[in-house]
Amino acid sequence: MVPPSEAGAPNHHLLSVLVENRPGVLTRVAGLFARRGYNIHSLAVAPTNDGSVSRISMVVDLGDTPLPQLIQQVDKLINVLEITALAPSAAVEREVLLATVSTGADHAAELDELLAGLDARVLDSSGSSTTVVVLGTPEQVDDAEVLLAGFGVVAAQRSGRVALPALGAPN
Amino acid sequence: MQLNGGQALIKALEMEGVEVIFGLPGGAILPVYDPIIDSPIRHILVRHEQGAGHMAEGYAHATGRPGVAMVTSGPAATNVVTPLCDAYMDSIPMVMITGQVPTSALGTDAFQECDTTGITMPVTKHNFLVTEAADIPRVIREAFHIATTGRPGPVLVDIPKDIVDPRNPRSAMEWYWPESVNLPGYNPRSNGDPAMIRKAAELILASERPVIYAGGGILKARAAEALRTLAELTDIRVVTTLMARGAFPDDHPLALGMPGMHGNFTAVTAIQRSDLLIALGSRFDDRVTGRVADFAPDAKVIHVDIDPAELGKVRVPDAGIAGDCRLVIEELIVALRELGAPDTLADSSTWKSTISGWQERYPLTYEPSEPGGLLKPQYVLEQLHAACPDDTIVASGVGQHQMWTSQYWRFNHPYTWVNSGGLGTMGFSVPAAIGAKVGRPDRMVWAVDGDGCFQMTAQELVTAAAERIPVKIAILNNAYLGMVRQWQEMFYEERYSEVYLSPDLPDYKMWAEAMGCVGMRVESPEEVAPAIEKANAINDRPVVIEFRTDSGEKVFPMVAAGASNDEIMTDDHTRPALDIPWSR
Ligand SMILES: Cc1ncc(C[n+]2csc(CCOP(=O)(O)OP(=O)(O)O)c2C)c(N)n1
Ligand SMILES: [Mg+2]
Repeated sequence: MVPPSEAGAPNHHLLSVLVENRPGVLTRVAGLFARRGYNIHSLAVAPTNDGSVSRISMVVDLGDTPLPQLIQQVDKLINVLEITALAPSAAVEREVLLATVSTGADHAAELDELLAGLDARVLDSSGSSTTVVVLGTPEQVDDAEVLLAGFGVVAAQRSGRVALPALGAPN
Repeated sequence: MQLNGGQALIKALEMEGVEVIFGLPGGAILPVYDPIIDSPIRHILVRHEQGAGHMAEGYAHATGRPGVAMVTSGPAATNVVTPLCDAYMDSIPMVMITGQVPTSALGTDAFQECDTTGITMPVTKHNFLVTEAADIPRVIREAFHIATTGRPGPVLVDIPKDIVDPRNPRSAMEWYWPESVNLPGYNPRSNGDPAMIRKAAELILASERPVIYAGGGILKARAAEALRTLAELTDIRVVTTLMARGAFPDDHPLALGMPGMHGNFTAVTAIQRSDLLIALGSRFDDRVTGRVADFAPDAKVIHVDIDPAELGKVRVPDAGIAGDCRLVIEELIVALRELGAPDTLADSSTWKSTISGWQERYPLTYEPSEPGGLLKPQYVLEQLHAACPDDTIVASGVGQHQMWTSQYWRFNHPYTWVNSGGLGTMGFSVPAAIGAKVGRPDRMVWAVDGDGCFQMTAQELVTAAAERIPVKIAILNNAYLGMVRQWQEMFYEERYSEVYLSPDLPDYKMWAEAMGCVGMRVESPEEVAPAIEKANAINDRPVVIEFRTDSGEKVFPMVAAGASNDEIMTDDHTRPALDIPWSR
């Protein structure tokens, strides 16, 4: 879950930003965040089905900034077409984890068992290492990361979350 | 019609109604300078690109039309970063055109390449790097649209050389002029939300201690008339911030003058003790609020701003209205009349008489100089104001002289005060005054400058002399970076570190003359009026009067940085706000 805001605790929000797909637009968004002291926790960006528009999905840590203030500041960017804050309950979200873990011969079966319980599979392996992909909600990916840590993680990359409004969600 | 990109750029500026460009050429922008020879647009050749930017700002301040500047790539582009930031902070409409290395050389550290759009992204409302000649008319159209609508601001257009150079096939284009702009991500609001306007009207009717806190947005929205109607309908007192001087006549019985760090006692204290603050085109700047937690603690807030991001940025409003200040004020007046105003206004007679009492007890004052003593800057300003037409345009630099000008000049007309508020840019006044005079040649234009500021951009007086732009400059020469000296005296135990400049190095009179201006020096009170009279009679070249003023003079009232407005000092020792009615 997105943690609730407490004093000192991260104040996370999920934003879905539609932007014109042009050079430099990501810099404008990221630069605004840096200038105004908002923290980007995770970021995923790619063109939408309409190639002239990209969707940025991001989790931001607002600190003390009220969410409407951040939204209004981002919305002022000329290349930003639309910005929506997605409450986790009103969004479908997924994240991808790639992880290379150490797997001696004696652990291969354990890993297979672990992956069977997840939306995951093996992408690559060599004698002592295996690279796996895990798909899930951010919480599921958090859990998978903990479980995989038991094997010894050599390298890992999370995609950052991608999200769309839930169908039928009041938005 | 087949044109090259450079011709298209100049033609696009003509289509936008541009009458003057402030600029200086160089390698990358050279091809665009060639068609200027054949254009009706006047070009003013500056001596430093920073001057071009501030001239464009001064022009925009005085006319309300966008200022246009054009410079080359690299060092010229970096030279205009200060005016861009200045225009951004003060919401000045401006279009800045910069040359750039050819598209094929972009990203190669080519000669005079610099990442101009990257550097200026945080200090522009928007910027463009144009990569095709065919895009030039569309981008220029969009640049002017963005600069002048919504919350105005500077827009930069970076033009690589190959798309404007007639010797390069990439510069060829078929001329067109876009009928309209298509910016799907840009939809500035204009009318306010009727429900919020109604709520605001109800708050006004119920208030017993209301104050209108008018900001620079009134001028940007051309809402001075509407503001006056609102104030007169409701009989509410009006403070005008540093950016709003002239938006409401100082001579009007409802005018309280300037609030803020060097605001007058009544303006500051009326805000502090109000039960309703009607913020119109103002942004709760820290120079106005003092310590935010103690700012107008009992006030409900109506906040009208064209920029929705200003609503709640500093102070959460009770009625926040995103919209054009003029339209919203007009809608508010209608709503008030519908609700029976003025008959239905709450009784605020105690408030009004209290305010009048403050005005009588705590006027702006200074100690006149002893016979034979040093000239007081406030006296110079009183004399200058008395000798000039009421609609004179006044520009200022940044420092003590700026605050004294804002305090002692009586602004009775909109667009007569040209100053750098948000960024506080020393060196602003000389070029800004030149730009204002170019835009309003019918008006007398004075710059009131500090000796420190003058040394930063004085070279533009060469431009003014060469172009026969008869601006007048009053240097209040206190031989110091006076404002910094004041802080060192008050807050750093009189330890004066690097603030002394010297009264006679440089020799300002000789310097003025060397730049083609008339130069004068004034040292005693008796000389003040005659020198000003002489300056006002000169109309064929710039005039500089150096007034040697008292170095020890400090600006009061003052709210120290970070202090509460209740701690306003009317002189070094007196804090009268601490024991007045409605104190907490
Ligand atoms: C470009 C720039 N540099 C430094 C400052 C900081 N500063 C603010 S006021 C001031 C002194 C200005 O001196 P002067 O022009 O002589 O004006 P005075 O205060 O003496 O009237 C300084 C250094 C500034 N505002 N702008
Ligand atoms: Mg000085």
